[in-house]
Amino acid sequence: MQLAEKFGTMMVALLAFIAVIGLILFLVAVLEKRGVRRVAWFFVGPTALLLLVGLVYPAARTVVRSFFDAANDAFIGLDNYSAIFTSPDQLVVLRNTVLWVLVAPFVATAVGLLYAIIVDGARGEGFAKALIFLPMAISFVGASIIWKFVYEYRFYDPDLAVNPQQIGLLNQVVVWLGGQPQQFLISEPWNNLFLIVVMIWIQAGFAMTILSAAIKAIPADIVEAARLDGVSGVRMFRFITVPTIRPTLVVVLTTIAIGSLKVFDIVRTMTGGLFGTSVVANEFFTQSFSAGNQGLGAALAVLLFVLVVPIIVYNIRQLRASEAR
Amino acid sequence: MTTTGPQLDLSGMQQPSDTRDGRPATIAEATKKRLSSPWASLVAVVLAVLWTIPTFGLLISSFRPARDISTSGWWTVFTDPNFTLENYELVLSPEGTNSLAPYIINSLVIVIPGVLIPIMIASLAAYAFAWMDFKFKNVLFVAVFALQIVPIQVTLIPLLSLYADIGIAGTFWSIWLSHTMFGLPLTVFLLHNFIREVPKELLEAARVDGAGHVTIFFRLMLPILKPALAAIGIYQFLWVWNDLLVALTFAGSSQNVAPMTVALFNLTGQRGSQWFLLTAGAFVSIIIPVLVFLSLQRYFVRGLLAGSVKG
Repeated sequence: MQLAEKFGTMMVALLAFIAVIGLILFLVAVLEKRGVRRVAWFFVGPTALLLLVGLVYPAARTVVRSFFDAANDAFIGLDNYSAIFTSPDQLVVLRNTVLWVLVAPFVATAVGLLYAIIVDGARGEGFAKALIFLPMAISFVGASIIWKFVYEYRFYDPDLAVNPQQIGLLNQVVVWLGGQPQQFLISEPWNNLFLIVVMIWIQAGFAMTILSAAIKAIPADIVEAARLDGVSGVRMFRFITVPTIRPTLVVVLTTIAIGSLKVFDIVRTMTGGLFGTSVVANEFFTQSFSAGNQGLGAALAVLLFVLVVPIIVYNIRQLRASEAR
Repeated sequence: MTTTGPQLDLSGMQQPSDTRDGRPATIAEATKKRLSSPWASLVAVVLAVLWTIPTFGLLISSFRPARDISTSGWWTVFTDPNFTLENYELVLSPEGTNSLAPYIINSLVIVIPGVLIPIMIASLAAYAFAWMDFKFKNVLFVAVFALQIVPIQVTLIPLLSLYADIGIAGTFWSIWLSHTMFGLPLTVFLLHNFIREVPKELLEAARVDGAGHVTIFFRLMLPILKPALAAIGIYQFLWVWNDLLVALTFAGSSQNVAPMTVALFNLTGQRGSQWFLLTAGAFVSIIIPVLVFLSLQRYFVRGLLAGSVKG
């Protein structure tokens, strides 16, 4: 019953949608028959309306909201913003966000580039690439569960003769190496790095795919010329490969940086932002929905927006540069 | 999806149109002369193993009895194999406290309109931006392009109160609408890029023959766009299926509306994580996008290339 009802609602939605679009296009056809030429707005109208209602208007309201206090009673100017940059809790959030944006893109890109070069042309290249690429199709929530299981900790007391078996692979490896099991997700500040590993695990495949394509596209004559000049191996990589694919490298780095800046799912699923692991996007959610401070939440959302802009502008510039080639 | 898409797509354009002429990628070859020592192969194998083992461990665990999962490591199955389908039976059974079936249904109900509606609306707009003339066209296009950078966090709370005002808060409608609105900027932008590559003479010839825009859109444009639509459909599918933030905000945790991601998220939050449910549940939610991705990968790559056949 439930099932039929849900799919029924879905069919209603799809049919309603088809009806609306059908009506719009019918109007266009009729108008065109009558010789009206200005029908473009019927095509663009739905998009324009939805973006206005769904993005522009809410964003404007959030900006306004960020200047008001938690109860939305009093105008407090920039107090929410100064709270982000002065309160000790929020400073940890900023520190973590910076850490994410610095570590995740570089490591993921380095791994992706290394792997792309090594497996290029090798036997079973497609399969080897698929292994690294597949995490891209997995949700952040799924990836977080996978890694939470790797980090899982079982109670351990060195004074006891018999301790429970570790079920997380990482802690078992630590035990095999003669160490003591750790609470990877709880011990600050290192837990942040263990969260970032999940992002690297997901994004390395993206970096590898894009960079591999760029490497394959390097003109053969450049390589040939360099080789005639006696360049090879690591020097080839450094003086030919990297400079030639530099715009693509920058695009990959900035794209992952943007994803890291907005990271929410991983932090939310693995620690909920506890134990000093919160980041701006997660703190926005906490402040808005559980801490009851929508003013601060709004300021955090706006901050996210402001931080993203320069990276994207740089990203687009590089894209243009790489397209112009 | 918000901003990672266009970069992904445009960078994809740098793919060579083909390497079929038998010339292997020479730069990699040259570099490899030095790198393809046994050490390089070792590095590749180590990376591949590191990247695969976490998923493998979860997969193995999902077939182990609940008691075993929480008392011994999954690697012990190699010496002491003990498998069961019980976890999947629990997760997939239509009834029961541990059943995740309602959430799987919700994910499906969310994702189908969540992909079809924005793509249809976007293709209309993209068609107009590429092949029609109207006032404010350029300003509007730049605006749509620029809206890609708006993080959706900025919109959530006002949207939530808007949905409450019109009485669709906590229903599928609010989620469909949100995914449509959030997906539009990127989808319009990408489709516009594809349409721009179609020779304009085709349009002009059809116009001369007396065809209206509606006819051209359906008879000419949509068939040409098929690979592009498939490629963009995969992006949107992955984004909607894997989304947590939108669902958490607008659907809450209700069994009536919340998708798999929310159900799994709630399970991880419970004390003493119920790994027997999490492992099997995570796999059910992972396998669907992976299958879609693998089966449509051809379109994905071809679609990316189609956008790059310019000049």
